[in-house]
Amino acid sequence: MSQLSTKHLLGIKDITEEDIQLILDTAANFKEVINRPIKKVPSLRDITIANVFFENSTRTRLSFELAEKRLSADVINFSSSNSSVKKGETLVDTVNNILSMKVDMVVMRHSSPGAPHFLSRNVKANIVNAGDGTHEHPTQALLDSFSIKEKLGDIAGKKVAIIGDILHSRVALSNIFCLQKLGAEVMVCGPITLLPKHIASLGVKVELDVKKALQWCDVANVLRIQLERQQIKYFPSLREYSLYFGINKKMLSELDKEIVIMHPGPINRGVELSSDVADSEHSIILEQVQNGVAIRMAVLYLLAGAKG
Amino acid sequence: MQKRLVLDEVQIDIILRRFCHQLIENHDNFDDTVLLGLQPRGPILLDKIVILLEKISGIKVPSGYLDATFHRDDFRRRDFPLKANETKINFLIEGKKVILVDDVLYKGRSVRAAMDAMIAFGRPQKVELMVLVDRKLTRDYPIMPDYYGIRVHTLTSEHVVVQWKDDEHDQDAIWITEKVNP
Repeated sequence: MSQLSTKHLLGIKDITEEDIQLILDTAANFKEVINRPIKKVPSLRDITIANVFFENSTRTRLSFELAEKRLSADVINFSSSNSSVKKGETLVDTVNNILSMKVDMVVMRHSSPGAPHFLSRNVKANIVNAGDGTHEHPTQALLDSFSIKEKLGDIAGKKVAIIGDILHSRVALSNIFCLQKLGAEVMVCGPITLLPKHIASLGVKVELDVKKALQWCDVANVLRIQLERQQIKYFPSLREYSLYFGINKKMLSELDKEIVIMHPGPINRGVELSSDVADSEHSIILEQVQNGVAIRMAVLYLLAGAKG
Repeated sequence: MQKRLVLDEVQIDIILRRFCHQLIENHDNFDDTVLLGLQPRGPILLDKIVILLEKISGIKVPSGYLDATFHRDDFRRRDFPLKANETKINFLIEGKKVILVDDVLYKGRSVRAAMDAMIAFGRPQKVELMVLVDRKLTRDYPIMPDYYGIRVHTLTSEHVVVQWKDDEHDQDAIWITEKVNP
């Protein structure tokens, strides 16, 4: 099968295991492309893509933009900070105005969970969710799975611990859906205040001791503490968080096995990861960034590929 | 479904040997020559030629697989996108004589896309095309092979099927059949 079952990529929950495998396989081809002397292919040369970011982003927006340019698409960038949104325009009006300029696809980040789902029902364009509030961040989960597969050969049967601020993390939720669909076992670990109350109902293990989580897993995906989303104090101080949940080289050397360390970025060095871990041979953080471009190329290629 | 045999195993073997001798004649000691098999069907033929060429001349010519899916001109004109295959080229083709190898030359669109894809690996000195079957009179682009096994007259409603033993068939053979949904 070479076609996705959906017109939009709104979340991992909405797509099938076959869709995920197709995206990972296609991304492997694009990874080869972006390592060629000439890294550009003409596939999307008659497509215009709008990157509509209602929330701050550096690496995701850059990664999407680079993926779009590597595919020869025309790209326009929109950010809410200098737009009519400030003047009271609705989401649908904003996007329809962009689409009236003959835009074919919209990559959107929004602080409200479900915003891309709402948009997909109200506008005529392929929508790619680049993060909606604390809900989903599908391309991050896909690139994480791609990176695990590349490093360990397979995902089925592997044990992945997601460590940190699970409560505010869209990366955690998308990763849980993606890894489970691909047959991995998933554990979440963090301070009890940063674990959603019913997280175990998703079929994940819950662990409060980071050392036990590291001993259990093959891969530790370490998340950032999202202070910008926290209106109240979930733990006494960053120093205390680092003391109980930060991962350092000594903890890894005490394990009786080698594990892979991942992080979706940006890293708070010295908080969730010490520098010697982030820069160690265990870490595949920079591979994740490179794989992000390949995954986004695959998603855009497959969504744009059906007859228009 | 009607089906007629174009080449059998013995005839294909003779053609492969002829190809090797033609290459030796034109490329001497293969100093600057590389072979590229066009995905998805070219690599099977390419591997056979590389092995046979080494047996006959003692030279192992550098070879790779080239996939042109992302360079095709029918993207968004099909009901769904084509699935890409592996590109495996472990050398630069800058200044090289490149021989593109495929099983069937039909409309010439795949070869055009392949030449586009190939440029991403450098500027070749010269490009040649080798195909087992040249379907005459069906070309959309002005592309002609430098080496061909057999030239056949076919209709667009017909299909040229290349079967290889390596691909779990009883014998190497080339057939012309009618398309199920022309």
